[in-house]
Amino acid sequence: MNPNYYVVLAAILFTIGIVGFLVRRNALVLFMSVELMLNACNLLLVSFSRVHGNLDGQAASFFVMVVAAAEVVVGLSIIVMIYRARHSANVDNENLLRY
Amino acid sequence: MLTILALLPLVGGLVVWFLKGTMARYVGLAVALVTFVYSVVVAAVHLRGTDLSEHQVWIKAFGAYYALGLDGMGLLMVLLTTLLVPVVLLAEQRSDEEGRWGGQVWTGLVLILESLSLYVFLATDVLLFYIFFEATLIPMYFLIAGWGGPKRARAAVKFLLFSLAGGLVLLFSVIGLGISFANQGAPSYLIEDLVKLNVSPSTQMLLFLGFFVAFAVKAPMVPVHTWLPDAAEQATPATSTLLVGILDKIGTFGMIRFCIGLFPEASRLATPVVVVLALISILYGALAAIGQRNMLRLVAFTSVSHFGFMVLGVFALTTQSISGTIFYMVNHGFSTAVLFLVVGYLARRRGSVEITSLGGVFQVAPVMAGMLLLGGLASLSLPGMGSFVGEFLVLAGTWSRYPVIAAVGTLGTVLAALYILIMYQRTMTGPVTEQTREYVTSDATWRERLALAPVILALLVLGFFPKPVLDITDQTAKQSMTTLNVSDPAPTVGQGR
Amino acid sequence: MTLLEGLTPVAATGLFPLAWLMIAIPLVVAGLLLLLGRVTDGFGHYVATLAPIASFVVAVALFAGLLGRPEAQRAVTVPMYTWIKTGSWTVEANLLIDPLSIVFALLVTGVGGLIHVYSIGYMAHDPGRRRFFAYLNLFIAAMLTLVLSDNYLVLFVGWEGVGLASYLLISFWQHKPTAATAGKKAFVVNRVGDLGMTMAIFTMLAMFGSSSFEAVNAGASKMSPFWVTLLGLLLLVGACGKSAQVPLQSWLLDAMEGPTPVSALIHAATMVTAGVYLVVRSHAVYAETSVAALAVAIVGTVTLLAGAWIGTSKDDIKKVLAGSTMSQIGYMMLAAGIGPTAYAFAIFHLLTHGFFKANMFLGAGSVMHGMADDVNMRHYGGLAKSMQITYWTFLMGYLAIIGTPFFSGFYSKDSIIEAAWEKQPVLGALALIAAGVTAFYMTRLMFMTFWSRKRWQEGVHPHESPAVMWVPLVLLAIPSVIAGMVMNSWIGGWLAPAVGGEVPVGVSWLPRVSVIGLVTLAVVIAGVLVAYLVFGRTSIPESVPYTRNVFTIMGRHDLYGDTFNEVVFMRPGEALTRGIVALDDGVVDGAVQGGASLALGLGGGLRRLQNGYVRSYGLTMVIGVIVVGLALVIGRLV
Repeated sequence: MNPNYYVVLAAILFTIGIVGFLVRRNALVLFMSVELMLNACNLLLVSFSRVHGNLDGQAASFFVMVVAAAEVVVGLSIIVMIYRARHSANVDNENLLRY
Repeated sequence: MLTILALLPLVGGLVVWFLKGTMARYVGLAVALVTFVYSVVVAAVHLRGTDLSEHQVWIKAFGAYYALGLDGMGLLMVLLTTLLVPVVLLAEQRSDEEGRWGGQVWTGLVLILESLSLYVFLATDVLLFYIFFEATLIPMYFLIAGWGGPKRARAAVKFLLFSLAGGLVLLFSVIGLGISFANQGAPSYLIEDLVKLNVSPSTQMLLFLGFFVAFAVKAPMVPVHTWLPDAAEQATPATSTLLVGILDKIGTFGMIRFCIGLFPEASRLATPVVVVLALISILYGALAAIGQRNMLRLVAFTSVSHFGFMVLGVFALTTQSISGTIFYMVNHGFSTAVLFLVVGYLARRRGSVEITSLGGVFQVAPVMAGMLLLGGLASLSLPGMGSFVGEFLVLAGTWSRYPVIAAVGTLGTVLAALYILIMYQRTMTGPVTEQTREYVTSDATWRERLALAPVILALLVLGFFPKPVLDITDQTAKQSMTTLNVSDPAPTVGQGR
Repeated sequence: MTLLEGLTPVAATGLFPLAWLMIAIPLVVAGLLLLLGRVTDGFGHYVATLAPIASFVVAVALFAGLLGRPEAQRAVTVPMYTWIKTGSWTVEANLLIDPLSIVFALLVTGVGGLIHVYSIGYMAHDPGRRRFFAYLNLFIAAMLTLVLSDNYLVLFVGWEGVGLASYLLISFWQHKPTAATAGKKAFVVNRVGDLGMTMAIFTMLAMFGSSSFEAVNAGASKMSPFWVTLLGLLLLVGACGKSAQVPLQSWLLDAMEGPTPVSALIHAATMVTAGVYLVVRSHAVYAETSVAALAVAIVGTVTLLAGAWIGTSKDDIKKVLAGSTMSQIGYMMLAAGIGPTAYAFAIFHLLTHGFFKANMFLGAGSVMHGMADDVNMRHYGGLAKSMQITYWTFLMGYLAIIGTPFFSGFYSKDSIIEAAWEKQPVLGALALIAAGVTAFYMTRLMFMTFWSRKRWQEGVHPHESPAVMWVPLVLLAIPSVIAGMVMNSWIGGWLAPAVGGEVPVGVSWLPRVSVIGLVTLAVVIAGVLVAYLVFGRTSIPESVPYTRNVFTIMGRHDLYGDTFNEVVFMRPGEALTRGIVALDDGVVDGAVQGGASLALGLGGGLRRLQNGYVRSYGLTMVIGVIVVGLALVIGRLV
């Protein structure tokens, strides 16, 4: 099996994710960009797992999904809280963790 | 038996942590006393010839063992520790209001510190030693940071950073030692295996330096001593007693057990340099002590000077000087305990230990002044006090190898008379000052006297009957001399009686 | 000249094993008085007075025991316990009872006992009386340890013990800053002397592996000239400190701040003579090194002149006596430096001086007692009538010290001057001059105190002291008169075996008539006459008269000993300590603080990167990834 298409697709997805993360302001969109990057990685894991013919990569991708889900749970709830408090989800307004 | 000894105060400390007020105090004191009694039993069993060493595999891949054992020096250090802890607990009782945490935390930390220190003195595995060597910093850090003067947090951080820096260098050496040894065969961190280590002189010198630097920071030698005066000034006197009396002894203890024990050739090579450094410590510490205006800082600097004597004794490489050093280590623990704790009593009353803030105390509190004088006399090594025997043997042993060095070192004893007596004169004698009359309204209480009585008694007994203890220190000293493959300078003119 | 080898000690039998009681009794009493505190206030001083008397009884018994032995067995070792044993060194805490140590023990306990009795009266109204007696007993115990030890290291324990007792007693009235300072000074100057002492012991241990008199005596002749000379000089430094010899003399005059019985016991009769004892004990060392022996003689001569000089110009009665003590110990040192011919004379003079100087000091105390504790002789005068017993006993001491024929000082001092003359005429001549000066200043003291017209301050009513004080005076005046006659024919032969001197032949209680003896007498008479001309015929001013006499001015300033110490040691020392403290705070700790500031500054700069904006973190991460990626790619390419 030729993994080239999968790798290219993953690269495209990952780049979209990075660019989205850097240029967008809405926290929810940033979140989706992160998910995009994670799933690009998952795609690579699964495809190389197929290439090498063992299941290690697929197992790893499950871990990534679980962690991503957990992250979404925590992250979304934080975003919701911030939105409730400030009526905005714009990341450029928030620098609570400044030094 | 040794494990029980070392764990007893740890368990006690954790229990005390959950008690309140007076209850915590009494339980803590009881635990410390039980530990002391138990340590005496252990000592008796050990001296009757029973081998108490313990030996368990801990981390097989590294060759690390949970190995404990006793030798002459270790035994004395254990007894010093178990005696000083109840003394300190009796002398200074923390109420819940004065520190950052409740009084029971203080007692708990002291007991935990005792346990960790005991492990340090008992460990016969280098890695185990290293772990506990570093672990002692934790309770000590909190003891300094939690109770004492206004700048205590700063002093605590300074103490921690110095010790960690020394510890880091030690870690390199410990790892290097393990790797070098593993290259020769099965990995092991046991001292008894490591003495067979056979590496090139330059490697040995590097490893030696790592150990030496760590111990020099600990023992405070000039120029890495500056953490001690700050810590002593800011911490409570009881903490300072434990710090100088027990923890700093790990420095000289380590020099004898590890620097000389593991790297005899490097020790021999380094001797001239170290001896000169020790000499600088003696004179520098003494001169700086004369110039101090705060009694706690003064006592801290006297310790810098005294540790100079000890290091001099270790590296003069004679049976007498090493034996004298070990003896001196014990007595120095006692004499500084007296000085620090009496100054602590004064501080409790006066609220300040600046020399200028006191005057004529003798007339209002003669017992306290008397105890300070006794501690001072022990510190200036008056014959009849145990510290004299130690200091004398250090200098006499040094003289038999390096007369000029010993002659200069002897100057330290004159300076000792100066710093002690000037301090005593300014604070205790003369007319009673207004402030003294106002604040120092009571002489030492019975509890305060009782706390110091065993220490003063020990100093006197060791001064007049040092032989039993010297027999114990001689074991270690002779063993060191064998390891070093050095013999004492023979008497030049025939053997006397 | 035949030198007798030192005695070989024999084992203790009979009463001798009890010798330790001499030390133990006063030590235990001192400990009890200090520990039990106020409970013993009422009776403590009686117990403390009994202690040296008990020791005296033991000493007399042992003395009788020694007398009953054949000459070759008059050195008894009393084994006690092993004090220090490490490596190849063993130091036994044994006692040595021999002719030399026993006469010392008798002097210490005898004179000490009398001074204890005297102190009961003298300190009767002092609130710290119990403490005073405890310290006195501590002193007795330490002094006996010093003289009874059979080796240098245990001797050193006693040596420092008497130093401690001296410190405690000089600064006994520590509420007076001058007293506290004087005590500290005495201790520190003594410590300087101890440098020599400790190093001498180091040398012995390194050379012989032992510090016992026996080993040192036996080994001294085998040492190299350098080491034996060094050893002799080091011991001399120790002796100088304890015996207030130039250049370590400055503490003794200040030590007069202590209560007068202390001055009598410690700073006249016993402790300050320990240096002489040390030199005589080390006779085997000095026999091997003429350089060190000569140094001892020179130090003695210089001190005897300096002490006499100071004595001529002081107005404080105790300081005159202190200068006189320095001077008399100078005589003893001179004798000890002369060598085997004069060791016995050194000890002889030490004993007679112990009696008459203790007598005079206690007399001075009695005068002060009557004069409301005034020590200025310019406020005395005419006391011969109002204090008769004190006057007569003091007169005995006076006649003894100036060397009136048939009085004790005459025998001992003339012997020394003669021996010095034979050995080295220059030293002899100087000693002779000093005898004249002694006569001068003592006569001056007598005129100013007892004979001239009254110059009492208002409200002072001189009266005789109570019996508890004058009885010891009388008991000390008796030996001041007869000790010379009694011992002259005996002491040389008695001490010879112990000090390795030759046995003098044909000495009787009658003074030996010699040219030197007659010249000495003439010089003494001249001294008395000069004093009479200066002080006896004119009235003595009550305030210190202005003078342009350089000698008097120098004498009043203790020959600038303190000034010298201050300029040469104290000031530079203080500057050095200040420098070290500044160095420690500035440079050594400064480096640490500097390192800390650097770390803080760096951290402060770097933390600005934490601006809290998610997207800037994101950008940083991306840049980081790109840099790492590029590095990998470039690394691969290269």
